[in-house]
Amino acid sequence: MKTLISGNEACAIGAKLCRPKVIPVYPITPSTHTAEKISELIANGELDAEMIKVESEHSALSACIGAQVCGVRTFTVTASQGLALMHEVLFNASGLRLPIVMGVANRALSAPINIWGDQSDALAERDSSWLQFYCESAQEILDTVIQAYKISENHDVLLPSMVCFDGFTLSHVSEPVDVPEQSEVDEFLGDYIPYYKFDIENPKTIGALAFPDTFMEFKKQQEDAMRKAKETIKIVNKEFSKKFGRSYGDGLIDAYNMEDAEKCLIALGSLCSTAKVVVDNLREKVGIVRVRSFRPFPSNELRDICSGVKAIAVIDRAFSYGHAGVLYNEVKSALYDLKERPKISNFVIGLGGRDVRKEDIEFSIKNADKNEIFWVNTKE
Amino acid sequence: MKFFGSTPRNNSIIGLPEEEFYRYGHRACAGCGESIAVRIIMKAAGKNTIVVTPTGCLEVVSTPYPETAWRTNWVHSLFENAAAVASGIDSALKKIGKRNEFNLIAIAGDGGTFDIGFQALSGAFERGTNFCYICLDNECYANTGVQRSSATPYLASTTTTPAGKVSRGKTEWKKPITEILATHGSEFVATATIFYFRDLYMKVKKALSVKGPTFIHVFTPCPTGWRFPSEKTIKVSKLAVETGAFPLYEIEKGVLKISYKPEKLKPIEEYLKLQGRFAHLKEEDIKQIQEYINKEWERLLKLEKCGNIYKTLPLE
Repeated sequence: MKTLISGNEACAIGAKLCRPKVIPVYPITPSTHTAEKISELIANGELDAEMIKVESEHSALSACIGAQVCGVRTFTVTASQGLALMHEVLFNASGLRLPIVMGVANRALSAPINIWGDQSDALAERDSSWLQFYCESAQEILDTVIQAYKISENHDVLLPSMVCFDGFTLSHVSEPVDVPEQSEVDEFLGDYIPYYKFDIENPKTIGALAFPDTFMEFKKQQEDAMRKAKETIKIVNKEFSKKFGRSYGDGLIDAYNMEDAEKCLIALGSLCSTAKVVVDNLREKVGIVRVRSFRPFPSNELRDICSGVKAIAVIDRAFSYGHAGVLYNEVKSALYDLKERPKISNFVIGLGGRDVRKEDIEFSIKNADKNEIFWVNTKE
Repeated sequence: MKFFGSTPRNNSIIGLPEEEFYRYGHRACAGCGESIAVRIIMKAAGKNTIVVTPTGCLEVVSTPYPETAWRTNWVHSLFENAAAVASGIDSALKKIGKRNEFNLIAIAGDGGTFDIGFQALSGAFERGTNFCYICLDNECYANTGVQRSSATPYLASTTTTPAGKVSRGKTEWKKPITEILATHGSEFVATATIFYFRDLYMKVKKALSVKGPTFIHVFTPCPTGWRFPSEKTIKVSKLAVETGAFPLYEIEKGVLKISYKPEKLKPIEEYLKLQGRFAHLKEEDIKQIQEYINKEWERLLKLEKCGNIYKTLPLE
């Protein structure tokens, strides 16, 4: 049945359907309504979970770690400064191989302080060994939270997941969302089977000190898990489609109009919806590749789908200062191995909540073959 | 010696469990006060215990992968989050109906307690996390090479407050952490040290019998950081109490009780002169410290007479 809910509510309901037992949260705009909705679900007896009202985001994710080593599913949600405050905890959670799922309502980082949407917060955490999914709609947020648990908890993966959605554009906008039945999600997800947990008879030392002679092997295992996650993401996307009738590309990328595309636009998140409207009205053969999984990064998939394309516009809502847009770096590096390399330009758009307009997308497509980095729609 | 209140009248080893849950093989320095404290704490806490340890000496010396000195469940996450991790554990165990199967303790250093971990600790106490937080206080960042912390005593020379031609060492007094936590509304907070190990043992037992957050501040001399011979650890621990440098007390349900009252405090000089970190002190410095200790001791005696002076928050 379809109900009209915001992205934040979709995130909360998605989490609720996965039955996390412990949910530590600290409020931060624009993710706050997810936390509020979860509080409401608990208050009304619709979700049987302990919500820990911690004193910071650092403690929120730390409490997730504590709960998860007891063998229970956890959830939390944050944005921007909150995610930045969690920075060291992110690396700790993934290093401990705990399949925590976290919603991230993407927002700019201070200074200047700004509460509106861009993707600098999550993209700055790309090296934290978390899976990162970027959603395009409220429906996708709900579905991706469910998928994320299934992917993260797979014993070949055992890495935490961020389910990212654009602050305000998705977090605060209501859309009709198909909310699956609890029983269907229970069947799809199954019980949480922890890889390890505290045990009285067989006590565990968790979080030991690794010297230079062992540290690299732990890290190599994380990278192996990331590589395995690519396949798992595809499989889970297919299984999800079978069960619920919805899927998102191959799970890693979501392609639009790419069959005979000469130009293409590559981006993350909700602006791809605007881009679809733009390319539908163009006479040129322009396709769109929405990168759904930023980590693991779909290098092979991008190479396959972009071979034959003449020019690519990569749109970024985050910038690596002193170099280039974050997604642009990744795309360029992935396509280096193509025999005939397309021209690639970078378009920095919509930082700190600036509107992503149709004309900005048109400008990007038009200038895709310039091999340049453009800051679009900025004042002198 | 005299013990008061609920603490035993002797300091005998007789009757303490023989089983060790913090075992030999760890890599602490010779004469490490912390290791002695943890042995006693774990005897009191027993097998069904989950220990959370933040980054610091204890974590480093006890778990060099793939070895471990722990015979109970133990987790280390980061430096400032032991109390928050404990909150997560408390909630999870409650949710799966296993809270009564486990004792939950955090064992942290003074850096992880007084300084970087204080926000999470205060938060956990405010939330009413059901755990015992134990601070092993060696009065410095020993693990990183003896820098000052807010637990470092006045005028101690550390690597970031070195005594020199124009410096007398640390310029601030020690933060009163135990009272700060008492004012959070905890039902039981206490101080303890390794010489009075039976007192420490009993205080851990008592803390674990109370529901809600409890705190034990354990004074653990550090031969490496304080620069005294490693065989003097116990002597330094004993002198700290006898001189009033580290008084033993407990605050139970808002009532402060001094655990051991020497007939007369020994001169602080006896304690200071054993340690290299105070070797630079002049007569007037020692006098200043003595005056401060006398005042603090008087204040403590007054607090004891006050009866119920710290609030305790009723638990649900």
